Amino acid sequence: MRSTRKRSVGAVPEGDASAEHRDAAETAPTDADPEAQSVTFTTAGFRQGFLAGVPVALGVAGYGVVFGVVASRAGLSVPEAALMSATVLAGAAQLVAVELWANPIPAVAIVTTTAVVNLRYVLMGAALRPWFRQLTPGQAYSSVFFFADENWALTMASFRNGDTRGAFLLGSGVVLWLLWIAATVVGATAGDLVGDPAQYGLDFAVTAIFLTLAAGFWQGRESLRPWIAAAAVAVAANALVPGQWYIIGGALAGAAVEIATHEPEDPTEVTAGE
Amino acid sequence: MSDSLSLDPTVVAVILAMATVTYATKASGLWAVGRIDLSERMEAGIDVLPGAVIVSFVAPALANGGVPEWVAAAATLATARKTGNLLASLAVGVGVVLAFRNVL
Repeated sequence: MRSTRKRSVGAVPEGDASAEHRDAAETAPTDADPEAQSVTFTTAGFRQGFLAGVPVALGVAGYGVVFGVVASRAGLSVPEAALMSATVLAGAAQLVAVELWANPIPAVAIVTTTAVVNLRYVLMGAALRPWFRQLTPGQAYSSVFFFADENWALTMASFRNGDTRGAFLLGSGVVLWLLWIAATVVGATAGDLVGDPAQYGLDFAVTAIFLTLAAGFWQGRESLRPWIAAAAVAVAANALVPGQWYIIGGALAGAAVEIATHEPEDPTEVTAGE
Repeated sequence: MSDSLSLDPTVVAVILAMATVTYATKASGLWAVGRIDLSERMEAGIDVLPGAVIVSFVAPALANGGVPEWVAAAATLATARKTGNLLASLAVGVGVVLAFRNVL
């Protein structure tokens, strides 16, 4: 469940009559107006979303296997790892969480870190609203459980091209969810069979996984300042503060630097920094 | 947690708490827009968080590592940027770290 490169959440519609704000990145060639369309919620839409989600879900399944192995190495049983994949459905957050796993479980650190990693979903959920406000609350709020980075991007691209299939997100999400759980079970089962990880260089595997995730979240030069701040604070906090708080400390430092130095895309907005 | 088929109540509770906060983030965006007005600056700060968490996780591990880890990290990143394939970059990273440890 990697980040979708260049997600352009800055172009989230604000409020109701905001089609002009959705200048939308590369996913929005036509930028259809959701208000002018009637969004449906049909079995056909679900099925089409399901089929469109298959290739994406197969790609995500590779991460699921890796997550299962890491979870198993961290001490989670196969049903526990599967339960996490079935109920949380957020790849990066799950990988970070199982890396924090210890005995006793640092529950507060794990849940807090999960929330921090997943805060971006607030913005992504907001982007769905122009279309989802036409659905019943039951349809909309059950659908959002099934969104992850990949099928959200797929659905948004589809909506912005004038799609009115409100069940598309649910369909693409369900196939992703099913493969994510299945891949987790495969990985967790295999992880039980692996011997001493350091012997095969597998102690480096988690670092390699996170570096790959980082490459997915990289948004070009604008990521540089927040990432340097995050790295510096994390290294310092890791040396000075006991426990796993260096992760949240580094992440918040990165966000603070971004908030302080962000250069608005809108040229009429005055820049405070620099 | 030793039995590979067990469900530890504490583990289940932590997982369900993770699930609750995750669903809350997904649903609150749908609910909150139009009620709460986030500035573009705040949105950019939130957007940076997942990458910053990952960097915060990796940086101390790399700082505490040595030349094999640093070279392997560079090779992993290069492969990830080029292929976007997790299994490929994972294989390259682990392969390079093993090669360096055994040769040097």
